[in-house]
Amino acid sequence: MSKPKMWTTRVREATLEKYEPTDILPDTQPAYVASWIYVFGVATIACFVMLVATGLWLSFEGPAWWHTSSVGHYANSLHLWSVELFFVFMVVHLWGKFWMAAWRGKRTSTWVTGVIAFMASIITGFTGYLIQGNFDSQWIATQAKDGFNAMGIGAYFNPLNTGQAMLIHVALMPLVLGGIVVWHVILVRKRGVVPPIEAGADE
Amino acid sequence: MTRALSKHDPAKKWSGPTRPYDLIKEFVIALVVVAILAGGLAAVFSSPDEPALTLKSWSTTDPADFVQTSVGELAGTTTSAGYGAPYNTAAEGQVLGPLKLQKWAGVRIPINPAKDFVISPLLILPDAAVKQAVNEWNVATSDAQTKWATAYADALAKSPKSTSLEDAAGNYGPVPTITTALLNMAQTGALDGALTTSDTPLPTNFTKPMLFIADSGTYFPDLASAQHLSGDQWGVMNETGSWPGQSWLWLFSFFYQVEPFKSSENADTQVMSLLGLLTLLLMFLPLIPLLRRIPYRIPIHRLIWRDWYRRKKA
Amino acid sequence: MHFLSIDLNHPAHYLHFGVVSISVGNLVMIASIVVLFVLALALPFPNHHDDEGSHK
Repeated sequence: MSKPKMWTTRVREATLEKYEPTDILPDTQPAYVASWIYVFGVATIACFVMLVATGLWLSFEGPAWWHTSSVGHYANSLHLWSVELFFVFMVVHLWGKFWMAAWRGKRTSTWVTGVIAFMASIITGFTGYLIQGNFDSQWIATQAKDGFNAMGIGAYFNPLNTGQAMLIHVALMPLVLGGIVVWHVILVRKRGVVPPIEAGADE
Repeated sequence: MTRALSKHDPAKKWSGPTRPYDLIKEFVIALVVVAILAGGLAAVFSSPDEPALTLKSWSTTDPADFVQTSVGELAGTTTSAGYGAPYNTAAEGQVLGPLKLQKWAGVRIPINPAKDFVISPLLILPDAAVKQAVNEWNVATSDAQTKWATAYADALAKSPKSTSLEDAAGNYGPVPTITTALLNMAQTGALDGALTTSDTPLPTNFTKPMLFIADSGTYFPDLASAQHLSGDQWGVMNETGSWPGQSWLWLFSFFYQVEPFKSSENADTQVMSLLGLLTLLLMFLPLIPLLRRIPYRIPIHRLIWRDWYRRKKA
Repeated sequence: MHFLSIDLNHPAHYLHFGVVSISVGNLVMIASIVVLFVLALALPFPNHHDDEGSHK
């Protein structure tokens, strides 16, 4: 009678052993991947990296820094424009994937995780706007509270509680969003880039 | 449901023609390009920073509005006073059909505006006349309190630039003394501190001062609409100044501009719920019969893969 | 880079199309999405040397 499998063995078999190294980091790609539309996923990730880097810079100096320092104001501007670029590239990526019907071939979860990442990005952006410490953040907070209160969640997510918003924005959401993005990219590597819609194919 | 067979099963691993491709190099190039773009945009356009409001700035810039709002808190006529959950039980709140989502959440952030915004902060002042006025307010019946505050509010409405009125007939009770003291306290900046440290010494929760400022009749809302930030101005997606805002909130902003939401008492519940539903539709689009066929019906993919289709034909 | 800066610290210009009211800034962002999408589809992608047949 064989011994029960170790937990370590089970985890390794469920994760590492499912993939070849050349699946995770291939140095070839299918010949049909030949369009500029394909760069917008990595462009979005590049913006995410910029946001984390500029976010870390702003965190290190504290939330009041950018109001009084011109270098701090530049760091804030970098962070804001990275957000604008992030959403522009993400939407172009979403449009491309939709028109490619990129969910084909068991890629539904890639699509689903992508939309979840989109929603998580909106939440992350929202909490970011709440912690600016200026008139805009005050107005956004007082308006958003009505939306949350109307849904019955305003006591748990209180936009007027700047401390909560800051910790969610700086600690919780980057981890959550980062995790979703990693999962999304692993799914892309697992299934490969979706092949072209064949002539005559219906679904 | 019949379907034409695909020549290559998209679920299977690709075994057709490939080309060498450097993923890491692509990522590094993307990072450099994005850094240059963001760096350039930030250098040229900077970012907005409209200064935050405080009770000090409010009471200094528009003292009459501050006093009228304070009286309103005492009279129970402000937005906060009549809000409902999660702050108090003064209203039922918004509903979605039979679902009383706002009410069911309960009073989890208890706020009594008269006490929290006006009376309690004054307790720290050493002034004997103020202490006496506060005491007179606290021992009075709630009917007497409402009568004083409402009478004073009505009188101030007739004299909108005044910050205090004489009380020859004795109709206003301790209210003028209270609100004058609160105005002075606010103008020194002490009220901001008092309201942000009332529950904890670490001032990170701005619920009290912000609810108070949001109750203002003109100060806060006028500054917002001047910046096109009001709900009926598509404000949700706008930014102060001429900077781009949150254009990804376009659909959320849109619904507030049209009926039935525009004039609905339950607009927030309805719009939030509708957006939730549309998000789910987007998320599960691959499973939704008509929507998932759109890319086949409108073959933009022929542009994306035109090189490949040309190769296959050859 | 100070001489290159464009001051956006003034009230925005809004464009109105029926019920739609949109700032120039937001319109530019949305227009860039459309332009980038169209360019991504239209611009030719450089063709590299392909391996014919299967890989691995």
